[in-house]
Formats: sequence, structure tokens, C-alpha cells
Amino acid sequence: MLEICVYGRGGQGGVTLAELVAHAAISEGKHAQSMPSFGPERRGAPVLAFLRVSGQEEGRIKIRAEVVEPDVLVVLDPGLLQVGSVVSRLKKSGTAVVNTKKTHEAMKSKFEGEGGGGEGVKRVAKVATVDAMGIARAVLGLPIVNTTMIGALVKATGVVELASLEEPMQERFGKVAAKNVAAMKKAYEETEVS
Amino acid sequence: MKKQKRVGLEGSFAVAEAVRMANADVISAYPITPQTHIVERLSEMVADRKLDAEFICVESEHSAMSACVGASAAGARVFTCSAGQGLELMHEVLYIPSSMRLPVVAVVANRALSAPLSVWCDHSDAMAVRDIGWIQMFAENNQQAFDLTLCAYRVAEDREVLFPAMVHIDGFYLSHVIEDLVLPDEEEVAGFLPDYEHPFALDPAKPVSMGCYAPPFIYPETKKAQVVAFEGTRPKILEVWKEFGEVFGRDYAPVEEYKMEGARVALLTMGSCSETAMLAVDELRAEGGDGAEATTGLVRLRLWRPFPFKEFREAVKDLEVLVVLDRAVSFGMGGPVCSEVRSALYGCEEAERPKIVSFIAGLGGRDIRVEEFKFMIRQALKEKAEEKAEEKAEEKAEEKAEEKAERGEEIEAEMIGVRE
Repeated sequence: MLEICVYGRGGQGGVTLAELVAHAAISEGKHAQSMPSFGPERRGAPVLAFLRVSGQEEGRIKIRAEVVEPDVLVVLDPGLLQVGSVVSRLKKSGTAVVNTKKTHEAMKSKFEGEGGGGEGVKRVAKVATVDAMGIARAVLGLPIVNTTMIGALVKATGVVELASLEEPMQERFGKVAAKNVAAMKKAYEETEVS
Repeated sequence: MKKQKRVGLEGSFAVAEAVRMANADVISAYPITPQTHIVERLSEMVADRKLDAEFICVESEHSAMSACVGASAAGARVFTCSAGQGLELMHEVLYIPSSMRLPVVAVVANRALSAPLSVWCDHSDAMAVRDIGWIQMFAENNQQAFDLTLCAYRVAEDREVLFPAMVHIDGFYLSHVIEDLVLPDEEEVAGFLPDYEHPFALDPAKPVSMGCYAPPFIYPETKKAQVVAFEGTRPKILEVWKEFGEVFGRDYAPVEEYKMEGARVALLTMGSCSETAMLAVDELRAEGGDGAEATTGLVRLRLWRPFPFKEFREAVKDLEVLVVLDRAVSFGMGGPVCSEVRSALYGCEEAERPKIVSFIAGLGGRDIRVEEFKFMIRQALKEKAEEKAEEKAEEKAEEKAEEKAERGEEIEAEMIGVRE
């Protein structure tokens, strides 16, 4: 089972990201569970969403509690790397998927040393970076990075097939689904992982 | 059984889908977190003509249930849903359909009660409505939220039942979680749930009165009749669940067991934490070696009202220790489920009933993790071992009277996972 935390700000669509990937995984025959961490919904406040995906053969996902030690942390806003202890929850063997304007090397170096890249940021096995904000602005014309970051998540983890997201996005966004799919694909291509 | 469609659905949408397939005639509800998505989805379905129903926008939950009472009395298949404070505001009217034998179906997305304000899950709202005379069931995942909503209609509307039914789905843990479930074939649902016809529906051509004034010379008789009829629903509930299993391949029972063969100690849970508890049972069995921990099992109360005395006693008869989890507090009385469990076992011989250890956890949306369930079992086993040692010492001293007086202290429920 892969446990994913999506760390964003209210209004960035982190909960929707988790839901779309859950739908994609289920459509592939996998088991999935998306769970919001529900709080006062304020734009800009840090928000967590949780996602679990497991293979068909692994059986139903039974745990019903927040993800405490994620395998993957998706950071929608790089400013959040400095906020709170969420980043430190990531497993050492885990993957950080970060929306950043910085170069891949610069972001990767933040995760090299214990606590070097801000409070709680520690060494992790894999870092994936993409300028999701740039892509979202260019393709969607909006500063909302959730669907773009799905492309980065898929590139970094292979949790689902990219194509499996088209139907959930169609269902969710209707007319603007195509743009979101395009932003996701562009991010998939541009994401650097190492 | 025809082909079932595997989908990812939020618990709230699963409930709305069940109501749509049940082809409800009247929906009257007031939105409140965490139940809101059910109402929103249903209003969309009605607006999009995917469900041919009257959607009554009311100004409060009190009115929501009042409208359901009226519509049900007129012979409509009705639905409402609420949570927490909303259910409390509805409270006064909840007794009406059960006394007037109207098969209203309601779903509650369980939520804590104020103050302090909490929109998150616990069972305070459910416990506050335990005596309203409704059939009540608890779902532990989104599949069950769907299935039990359908079953609720079938049970409630049975001519030999005609009582309202309530399905409890934990707020957020089910209402806002998307997970995989299967949706049955719609024709098969229609076959399972035939059109509803109330035998005494309001009709100007054949006037009847319902729920009118009852002075002392008749009120107790009406209540006696209600008690007898409510007790009589038990076999029907079993029958409906049996048929549901035959048609759709998923079996439900008033008390459901997990790894109870040879179990000496068990957890008792209701609602969405039950699957997490299963993981704890698996781990304890794997790690327990030769100890009592390795014989841990789990019982879940699927049916809460009428309380399944017989099935419950049968499920726990071989246990040495039963750990009861409450997700609510009865102030001055401990855990409300635990009180009922104790009372259900009171008639058994002392030697034949398990030691009961009460825990309260998961209030106001606090997660109950696998580790906490394991702690409960280990703590309970420790208490049991200490008690055995004490009993031995006391046997020697023959201070039986004093021992009995101290027993009452056991009523204290331990609240776990709470900072001092």
C-alpha cells in the first residue's frame, strides 16, 4: 500500500487531487481511499489531504485514520516546506514531490542534510520537482496547481497510469477537463526526478 | 446476481445513490456538516431529473422531519439525513414516525455535539437518539452505507414492521472518504425493493386519524402495542438481510464477528473504526505468541436497535474479556454502549460472562489508530490478570462482601489518547 499526503493551502485543490487519483486507481482495479483532513476552510491556510492506494491482490484498505508517515508527500506550495512538522513525517525511503521554481538540484539539496532545508526537512530517497505554478498559469490561466501536480506525482511514483486520470477529470471538470489534462501531461514531461 | 459495477464513491454519494435507486418520492432535509454532500447530491439528482422526487427545502431539521412525517403518512417513500446538532434539533419529531408507524428512512453522518463546537465524528448524536423507537444500524464502510440504506427501506416498509429506520455512517470517515465499492444492477434493486404502499395512508376518500390525543386510559396501551411491535421486527430484519445476501452477495447480521473462533478476548466496536480494529486484531494475533493476545477477536454491532441480545450473548459466550469501545460519553455513567452491553449480560451466570473493560476514544474526530486498539486489549488483559491475582488473595482472606462492594468501581471507563 502506498500512503500519500498532499500538503497545500486552502484553495489550491489538494483534496481534489487526492480524489482524482483515487478515482483513477479504482478505475484500474486497484483499491484506493482518499480522505480529507477537514478543518476550517480558509483560503491560504495549510491543508492536508490523504490518499492510500493498494493493489487489487492486497485487498481492501481497512485503516481509517490520517496518514502519519507517508511514502509520498506532494507539496503544492514550496512555502509550506518552512511551515510546521508535516515534511518531517515523510519516510526516509519516501518521495517528496514539490512544486517549485527552483532548479531540481537546488530543491534536491534542501532534502540532502538533516534539517538543512527548513524546519523538519530531512533526507529522503527521492525528490521530484516541477514548476507547476508556471505550467498552471500558462495552460489553465489559473494559479491552481492540483491537476498539474498529478502529472508530477505520476511521474515520480507511477501510482496510476496517466491515461486513467482523463475520465475522472472529465467527470469533475467537464468543459475545462481538457486543459487540466494538458497541464497534467506537460508536468509529467517536465518533472525531474532523482 | 447480475453484474455489479465497481466504482469509487464518497460515502455521502453512495447513500444518495441508494436513495435514487430506491426511487424515493419525497426528500426533505437541511444541510449540516458532515452530511451536506448527501443533500447536495440528492438535490442535483432531482434537478437533473435523475430522481423523480419532491425535494422540500426546509428551514430547519425540525421541519425536515415534520415534512417527512406528513409525506410518509400520505404514503410516500421518504428520505432525510442529518448530523450532530441537526439531529438534536430534529429530536422532538423523531418520536412521531415511530409512534405513528411511518417507515421514514434517515441517514445520520455521525458528529460530535457542542460545546465546544466540533463538526467531526463521534457517536454523541447517535447515543442521544437511541430511545426514539427507530430501527438503527451502523455502517463501517461506504459499501455498507449503500447496502444498509437500501435494506433500511425494505425493512421499514415491510407490513409486519412499519417502523422508521436510521442508518449511521460516521461523519468524514465515511461521508467524505472516497473508496471503492460495487453498485448493484438497478433492476435487481427494484426487484428487492418493491413499490411502497402504506396500508393506512392519508386519503380524503378513506379518512383516518394518526397520532392523536391519548389520555391516560389509552396511552399505556398504545406504548405497549409499540413495544410489542418493535420487538417483532427482529425476525424481519434478519429475513431482509438474508434475502439481500442471496440477491447481492453481501451478508449482514445483527452482530458480526471477526476471528472469533477460539477467541478469549475481544473488542466490541460500532461504525467506521471497525476495520481499523480488524488490523489491530491481526497484529495482536501475529505478535501475541502463546499469550491471550494471540486469541483476540472482534465483534461489531451492526444492529443497534432493536438491541440484538441473543446474537450478542451468543457471540461473546466463550470470552474471558470483552473490551467495549465507546465513541461517546454518558456523563456520570461512562460509555453508553458499555452500559447496554453490561445490562445485556446481567442475566448470565457470573462465571459465564466475560470481564468487561470499557474505553472511550475517538471523540470529536480524534483518530483511533491500530496502536490504540492494541493498547486497549493489552490493558484489559492486564486488568484481568490483576483481578485473578486479587481474587486468589481474597479467597484466602474470605472477604467476599467487601469484594462485591468494590465491583461497582469497574464502571469507570478509561478515556484513552487524551492529554491530561
